[in-house]
Order: sequence, then structure tokens, then C-alpha cells
Amino acid sequence: MSAPLAVTLEPFRKQLEGVSGQPQKTALEALHHTGLPDRRVEDWKYTSLRFLAGSVFHKPGKNYDSAKARAALAALGLAEGAVAELPRLVFVNGHFVADLSVTKGLFACSFYTADKAEPGSLVRSDREPLAALNTVLAENGVVISVPEGIDAGQVLLVSLGQADSDAVSYHPRHSVHVAKGGKLSLLSVQAGEGHYLHNPVTEVFVAAEAELRHVTLQAESDAAANLSTLYAQIEERGNYDSFVVGIGAALSRHEVHACLAESFAQVHINGVQRLAQTQHGDITSVITHAAPDCISRQTVRNVLDDRARGVFQGKVLVEQIAQKTDGYQMNQALLLSGQAEIDAKPQLEIYADDVKCSHGATVGALDDDQLFYMRSRGVPEGEARQILIDAFLEEVLELIGDETAREVCKTVIARRFPVSEEGA
Amino acid sequence: MPAVTETREAVEKLGLSSYKWGFETDIDMDVAPKGLNEDIVRLISARKEEPEWMLEWRLAAFRSWLQMKEPEWAKVSHPPIDYQDAHYYAAPKKKPGPKSLEEVDPELLRTYEKLGIPLHEQAMLAGVEVPEGEQARMPVAVDAVFDSVSVVTTFRKTLEEAGVIFCPISEAIKEHPELVKKYLGTVVPVGDNFFSALNSAVFTDGSFVYVPEGVRCPMELSTYFRINSRNTGQFERTLIIVEDRASVSYLEGCTAPMRDENQLHAAVVELVAMEDASIKYSTVQNWYPGDENGRGGIYNFVTKRGACRGARSKISWTQVETGSAITWKYPSCILQGEGSVGEFYSVAVTNNHQQADTGTKMIHIGKNTRSTIIAKTISAGNSDSTYRGLVRVQPKASGARNFTQCDSLLIGDQCGAHTVPYIECRNAQARIEHEATTSKISEDQLFYCRQRGLSEEDSVGLIVNGFCRDVLKELPMEFAVEAQKLLQISLEGSVG
Amino acid sequence: MSQFLDISGLNARIDADGQEKEILRGVDLVIPPGEVHAIMGPNGSGKSTLSYVLAGREDYEVTSGSVSFQGKDLLEMEPEERAAAGLFLAFQSPVELPGVNNANFLRTAVNAVRRARGQEELDAVNFLKTVRAAAKELGMSPDMLKRNVNVGFSGGEKKRNEVLQMTLLQPSFAILDETDSGLDVDALRIVAEGVKRLRSPQFSALVITHHQRLLEYIVPDRIHVMAKGRIIHSGGPELAQQIDREGYTKFLAEAA
Ligand SMILES: Nc1ncnc2c1ncn2[C@@H]1O[C@H](COP(=O)(O)OP(=O)(O)OP(=O)(O)O)[C@@H](O)[C@H]1O
Ligand SMILES: [Mg+2]
Repeated sequence: MSAPLAVTLEPFRKQLEGVSGQPQKTALEALHHTGLPDRRVEDWKYTSLRFLAGSVFHKPGKNYDSAKARAALAALGLAEGAVAELPRLVFVNGHFVADLSVTKGLFACSFYTADKAEPGSLVRSDREPLAALNTVLAENGVVISVPEGIDAGQVLLVSLGQADSDAVSYHPRHSVHVAKGGKLSLLSVQAGEGHYLHNPVTEVFVAAEAELRHVTLQAESDAAANLSTLYAQIEERGNYDSFVVGIGAALSRHEVHACLAESFAQVHINGVQRLAQTQHGDITSVITHAAPDCISRQTVRNVLDDRARGVFQGKVLVEQIAQKTDGYQMNQALLLSGQAEIDAKPQLEIYADDVKCSHGATVGALDDDQLFYMRSRGVPEGEARQILIDAFLEEVLELIGDETAREVCKTVIARRFPVSEEGA
Repeated sequence: MPAVTETREAVEKLGLSSYKWGFETDIDMDVAPKGLNEDIVRLISARKEEPEWMLEWRLAAFRSWLQMKEPEWAKVSHPPIDYQDAHYYAAPKKKPGPKSLEEVDPELLRTYEKLGIPLHEQAMLAGVEVPEGEQARMPVAVDAVFDSVSVVTTFRKTLEEAGVIFCPISEAIKEHPELVKKYLGTVVPVGDNFFSALNSAVFTDGSFVYVPEGVRCPMELSTYFRINSRNTGQFERTLIIVEDRASVSYLEGCTAPMRDENQLHAAVVELVAMEDASIKYSTVQNWYPGDENGRGGIYNFVTKRGACRGARSKISWTQVETGSAITWKYPSCILQGEGSVGEFYSVAVTNNHQQADTGTKMIHIGKNTRSTIIAKTISAGNSDSTYRGLVRVQPKASGARNFTQCDSLLIGDQCGAHTVPYIECRNAQARIEHEATTSKISEDQLFYCRQRGLSEEDSVGLIVNGFCRDVLKELPMEFAVEAQKLLQISLEGSVG
Repeated sequence: MSQFLDISGLNARIDADGQEKEILRGVDLVIPPGEVHAIMGPNGSGKSTLSYVLAGREDYEVTSGSVSFQGKDLLEMEPEERAAAGLFLAFQSPVELPGVNNANFLRTAVNAVRRARGQEELDAVNFLKTVRAAAKELGMSPDMLKRNVNVGFSGGEKKRNEVLQMTLLQPSFAILDETDSGLDVDALRIVAEGVKRLRSPQFSALVITHHQRLLEYIVPDRIHVMAKGRIIHSGGPELAQQIDREGYTKFLAEAA
């Protein structure tokens, strides 16, 4: 290798040795140059990757504990009700597991291999170091292609992490293409046990008049890191409607780059984070309006307890050509504890004049008047708080258009935060 | 600038091109050689007949500046600035001794007259015709700073009687060293940033205000800055200290001649408000913005910060930024005292090739501190304008409140308007609300005005003024009238 | 072409979401000086569009036809030139101007128009007197003058404000687009009287309304029925009652 390994890449040293393939080499070259970002990088001002330092991340083997995996699926509520009937693709430690998957009723789906990397893709290994790391190390992932005019229904994509004494890292590369007029609803669930890094990169193409509903439920192990990067391109009158629910991981970042490439396209990047203890969760997005008459919508809510820290960064970039842009963004945070912290950086960067763009942000505690009102009606404080928190999240969760996906998310949130006197 | 009505009229009579303050004054100047090094710092200190401690302070600042890099995070771009290619000291030659108007170079007085700045106390007191329904004008005390040197300060007697000190900072260093020593650099530390370090090393003058306990300053104070010489940077330093239960309203205006080259202006303003004190600081910034093709203009890199040290103290910044080729400026409040209040009201207009990156920082440290931010941005021509603001609530700031409203208006499709707020909250009992919008002037509003007979340009002017109303109303009345007209002038040629 | 207002074969369309939409499809209408005409017609038939086109709104594209106003080609003029020439439009939904003081706006408008007409501008004092008197006559509280133009005004208050502007700008031709809707009974009478007071051989008006009630106060010289972008029927003042009783079905059937 020409350049010395950047210090921040130390945890991956073993895995980075002996890389072959041109895109991988190019990405590694870029990585050597920048290392992983630290907080001096403006886009990483509020999220530090120090969590990764000091660990050595191994490449996981194909073996996995099937009983544990099944238990995990059940714990996520994926073994019962409507969701149990869906075609599903299950990955454990980044490897596809046919035994746990159900491909019946699934439309054209193939798998990613390292030789399919990069060229012509939306992924910017030159710009996002974590995407570069993914490009270098990705070995598996799913490629879903919905043909023109087909409604492909719903698909469940599950990632489970299983790490024992050794920390592992896996870097799946997924891509979803919905051809002209096609439709797909994708529910992606991420969970696991132990100390691992899940660093997925997902590409999304939504062609003209196509629609993709995409819900991501991030419920990773409390000792894990989830650093997801997603690139989306939406064409004329296409609609990419995404929602992320973040409740797991010690450190997480959900980073979306969405480009409205042709007119009358729409994108929704909504989400909630409900964090506690010392969790750190970051939702970052860049929405580029690169064509006229497009619509973008974003509503993100954070509920932060204990010493948790939530980050929201949302940039809406309106290029000069993108006249008649309609962009709206709202991010709100509820701090439940004196040690919790929220950092928000909504951003408008606008080069077209005939636009309607706005953003709003609020930070606050639970409303004392509302609490008092409920308590004066006999509701115990703990419960009253829970009702208000649920209501705060509920309003946003309603934006999940797919009912099955919404129910799964609600169930998992409810299991993680059962009603109790907690916080009273 | 404070004698606003005349300023405007005087200026109109001058009949210059669209920038109406662009003339040059021919005056006998004392200029240091180009370049920046320790010797120049020593020279400045010597010319100012400063005490040793001041020189040491400057040298320390200079040394830390050498270690620093120009900041790059702002959304502005310009060719590299050669800090060695400017004069760091230029002053009108004058005799030593106490200043009186008679001693001021008549050419200089004429300059201020042209600009409509009233330096003759009598003339001001005599007053002018007051339109019906408007209040008789309050006298305004003026400190006129010409190429970084204070040439005259009016109404000092009246102010002294009230116990208020209003003088050039160079004089305060000599006359009130205990005050200067105690406060200088305590709000903006020497090494705070690249430009403040530079300023600390080479500042030549600026205003000093001290309002003692319990005193409400009997008149508005005002500093009028004028850059005149070629290839000079302007580095003024302002320090305002307001003691318990005292208050002051301070106005600041500035202009510069039209030149092809870019000139650097790097000022530092420090405000200190003690218990129940209040400071209102208003700026109408009208440095030369450069021509339609982006040639020339002032690089305005300014650090302004106020410390609300006492309980219930209040600092209010109001700015109307229409000038400068580049504006880099974030008047901020450190809300330390319990229940203290910070306000930032801003209008920034950019046209042609101007770039502005401006906003504020509200640092909530004390309990029940409150801040309000109202920022209006208007971009036209090929310009770029950014609002950049930070609201930070520290863990102890229970009950802190912030409300922020940022609105941008775009005129034409060759310009950009950006909003970059940073919100950092570490207290669960705080409440922050932020709202931002970007749009163009509504066609409906334009049509409505034109249907009522207003020309397109007047309609735009009217709507823009309406858009800025919430900020303009914070300015002292005369300033507001001036600002309103400036807005219109700044946007000339941007419609149709 | 000697008529006061002569609209002939007027076609206009709008670009809505990338699609051209024909709205006016051959409007013919003549209003002689001193006459008040009314236009009635179903929702969406193009009445407001006609008023916007006459006032010079740019989003409508006139594809053919002509409009002459006091011998001049109206379509060639800028909106403010039309205002100066005496054309006034009371908007169906008046626009809000945040931050713009109502009295100030009125003065600016009145003086701009006076300047263009070669009349002397009014000074602040005289103007305020006139405005206060006019506002009082319309039953508007002086408070409305201090507020921002139409911001937070109730529906009826906005309409009164439009009439106030009309009174002060002294147009020779006023278009009132549903100025009566949203007005209480008293206001309706006041507005009608405002129009009546302007009536003179030098003043014409086009009143767009859905209610026969207003037309009982301002008895129009002619009533026109507009449908699908054309005038499909014209008649005397008695037409109002007929429409009130029978609706538009009969006219629509006849036109078809
Ligand atoms: N900007 C626009 N974009 C799209 N369609 C428009 C636009 N302006 C007018 N139209 C359409 O043109 C038609 C005529 O509208 P107009 O407002 O002139 O009707 P109107 O006769 O005044 O109706 P009303 O009695 O309800 O006021 C309607 O179908 C309307 O939707
Ligand atoms: Mg209508």
C-alpha cells in the first residue's frame, strides 16, 4: 500500500489487507487519505467515531447460531401476524442465510458480489469515508429489481448481528431498483447481540412514476454501532417515502443522500429516535433538488432520556434549475432527563428563486400543563409521561404508510420501553 | 450616519453613482509602511503613546495570530488576502493636545458634513424642522473615526456631567487604564479567532464607553467609521461597559470610498452588561460593496460579542448590513447572568457579487436566560447570503428560552440564500423554537401593489421593507428611516 | 373603438402544472361610460380571471382578442399604468402585505397614481385627514389604518379595506370581484353606497357577484351571464331575480 494506514482505520487493519478489485483499491486509496472522519469534519461535528477506536473488528465467518437467530426474529415480533407472512431475506453478520429466509412471492432478486462494486452507482466513496469502507469490504447484500409497472408488494429484509468475544464488522451493500410505474414496500429490520459494527450502504433508484416505501427499524445490540449510508435517486413523478426508527445501538448514524433528479419527483425522509442510557443516535440527510417542481418532506422527532444524545442534521439543497421547489422540514426533540442532549443542524442551501422552503426545529421537555392536567384527572405521573411521549412519537409514526411496518415498529418500541414508573 | 435624514439628503446631492458615499478625501496623512510584523505593532503602540502593558498585550496577540489560520467554514470565497500588502496605520496628521473642533482639519470636517454627520454641537442642538407627528430629535454624541483614528468626539462635556465616559479607546487606555485592563479582551479573548487576534495586535482606535452604576446615558452614543486611505486596513476596537442598573444605546455607521482594490476591515466589539444593565447596539453597515462586476469593496470580518454578566442584564444587537463585498460577522451574547436576555435583529441585503455570512451565537449559561433571533436575508443579483447561527443551552441553563425566526427572500435566479442554524441543547428544562423560510417575493403581493399604481421597483421596495419590519422597528427611529432607504438603494437595478 | 371599455374576442389561458388551460374563450363585452354592469355566473366560469386579465396579471396569457380602454390598448399597459389610467380592481381575495402599514400603503398608492395623472401629491397631514374621514364612512375603525395591509383582517374587513382604497384612488373604472361576499348586512349597504357615490358620467363599473342582494342596492344597467369562459347571455337588471329563482341551468342549456 502506498500511504500509511490512517490511525482511525486501525480497528480494521486486518480486514483491509490484501484488497483486490479496482473499485475497492480506489476506495481504499481515498480512505488512506482521509481516514474515518473526526469531529473537525463539519458533517461529523456532532458524532464521534471514537467508539470504534480500541476495538479490533474481525471479519465474521459464515457460521451462526440458528436458535439464537430464530429467537431474535421472534423477539422482534417478526414471527407472528401479518409480517410473518411476508417474503423475507435474512442476513446474519452480513451473510445471506437461506434457511431463515422465505423467497416465495419475491420478485427478481439477486445478490451483490464484490465484482459488481461501484461504477455507475450512486455511492460516493470519494466523499463519504464510511461508504468507502463499505466499498472496500462489502461481500454480500441484496439486489432487488422491481420490473416496470409491477406492484411487488412487501418485502422484509432482516440483518442480525451475532458477536461473541470477538468484535465483528460487516458491510453489506444493498440496492433497490423500482422501474417505471413499479411499486415496492420494503421493511428493513436491523438487530443483534454483542459488540459489532454494521456498516450497510444502500442504493435506491426510483424510476418515473414508481413508488418505494422504505421503513428501517434499527434495533441493534446496545453494544453495537450502526453506521448506515443510503443513496437515493428519484425520477419524474417518482416517490421515495422513507422512515427510520432508531432505538438500538450504542452509536448509530442513519445518513441519507436523496436526489430529486427529475421534475415532480417526491421524497419523504421521516424518522424517530427514542434513546436512553448513553446511546448516541444521529439522523443526517442531504436532499438535493436537482429538477423543478419537486417536493421534499421531512419530519424527525427525538425522545432522549438519561445521558442519551440525539443528533439531527438535515440539509435541503435547491439547485438553480429547481424552480418551484417545495421543501419542508421539521425536527423536534423531547428531553426527558437533565443529562440528555440534542444537537440539531437543519440547513437550507438555495440557489433558485421561485421556491417555497421552510424548516422548523423545537426542543423542549414534556409540557407541565398537560402533565398536571392528566394527574389531576388521576393518571399517575409515570403513566402520564408515557402517554405524552407515546403521543409525541405516535404523530410521526402515523407517517409510515404501510400498516404492517408501522405495527412492527410500534411493537418493538413498546417492548423496549414498557410502561412503568420509570422517570417518575 | 446618526443624523440620518441629512446624511441621505447630503448624499443624494452628491449625485454619485449607485454607491453614494464613494468619494475620497484629500488629506494630509501619516502612514506606516506596508506590512505586518512586530515592529509595526510596536510602532502603532508608540504612535498611540501607549503604556508598556498595552504593548505586551498587543505582542501576545500578534504572536498568537501568527499561529492561527484564516477560518474556512464560512460560505464566502475570495482570493487569498496578502496580509503584508496593506498599511496597518494611517492617521490624519494632527497637532497633539486636547481636541476641539477648531483643531480638526477643515477638509475632514467637510467630509463628515458631506456624509451628513453632525459634528458641530451647536448646529445639532439648534435642531432642524421636525415633521408633524414625529418627535423632536434627541441630540446624539458622535465619535468620528477616520481611517482607524478618532478625529473628534462630541458632547463629551454633557456626558461627563452624567458620569458617562465616551472617548476614543486610545485615550481610555491612557486615561482609564484600570477599566481597560479589567475588561479588554475578557469578552473576546485575544486568541478567540484569526481576525480578532489580528485586531488585538494592530487596532488603532475605536470607541470606549463606560456607564456607571445607576446611570441611564442621557443621549444616544454613536461612532461613525470612515475608511479613506488606499491600501489600509481598518481595525477598530470598541469596548462598552455598563454597570449595575445603567443603560446605553449605541449606534454605529460606516462608509468607504469606491476603489478597485479590496480593503480589509477587521473590528472587534466587546460589550459588558452588569446586573440589570442594558445595552442596545445598532449598526447600519454600509461599507463600499464593490461594483456591479464584483470589483473592489470591503472585506468585513468583524467579531462582536456581548457578555450579560449580571442578573437580568440585557444586550440587544440590531444590524442592517447592506454594504461590503464580504461580510463575516456574528454578533453574539453570552448569557451568564440569571434571567439575562440576548437579542439579535438582523437585515442583510446582498446584491451584485456581494457575499454575506452573518448571524449570531446565543450561549445560554445562566438559569432562565432568554434569547430572540430575528434574521431577514435578502439576496439579489449574483450574490450569496448565509444566515449562520448557534443557539447553545448549557447544562445549568434551566428555564432557558430561545426563539429564532430566519426568513430569506430571493430576487432573481442567479443568487443564493442559505440558512445554517446550529441548535445544541443540554438542558431538559429549556425550550427552543426555530423557524426558517425561503421564498421569492410573492407574485400576488407584487401584482396587488402594482394594481394600486405602484411601479414594480417601488412595489419591491415596499414589500422588502415590510419583510424587514420586525427588525427595522428595533432601530432608533432616525436610523430606521435611513436603513429603509438604504435597503432600496442597495437593491437598485435588481428587478425588472 | 370609441367605447369606454371594449372587450372583444378575448381568449386567455394559464399554465397550470405544465398544462395549458384555456379559461377565457372569446369574451365580448362593451361598457359605455357612466354605466354599471354586472357579471354573474357559476363558480369557476372565469369571472375573476377576466378581472385579472383586465388588471394585467402576468400569469394569464392572452392568446387572442383585444381590450380597449378609453381608446387605449389596455393589454399593452403595465398593471400600474392601468391603475394610473383609472382602472381599479377590488380583489376577490385581497392579498396580505406583512410589515406594510396600511395608511402608508394607501398614501404611497394614492401619490403614485396622482403623480402619474399629473396631480399634486398629498402631504401626510392632508392625506391622513382624508383617509380617516373615508374610513369612518365605511365604518372602519381607525385602528385598521395602523395595522399591516390586510394582515389578520377578517373577511369583511378586507373587503371594506378594498372599498376604502377604491374611494381614495378615484378610479374611472372599477371592477368589484365579489366584494359583497363575506360582508354583513350593514357593510353591504355601506359598500353599495360607496359605489353609488362614485357614480357619475365619468365612472363605470363592473360588478361581479353571486347575490342579487347587492344588485338591489346598485341597480346595474346591464347584467351578463358568464359560463365556461364566455358571456352567454345579457339582459337588464331584472335578470338578477330570474337567476336567483331559476339558477343558470336554462342559460347553460340555451348556450349549449
Ligand atoms: N392559477 C391557476 N391555476 C390553475 N387553474 C386556474 C388558475 N386560475 C384560475 N384557474 C381556473 O380557471 C377557472 C376560472 O377561475 P375563476 O377564478 O376565474 O372563476 P370565477 O368565475 O371567478 O369563480 P368564482 O365564482 O368561484 O369566484 C377555474 O376552473 C379555476 O380553477
Ligand atoms: Mg372569482
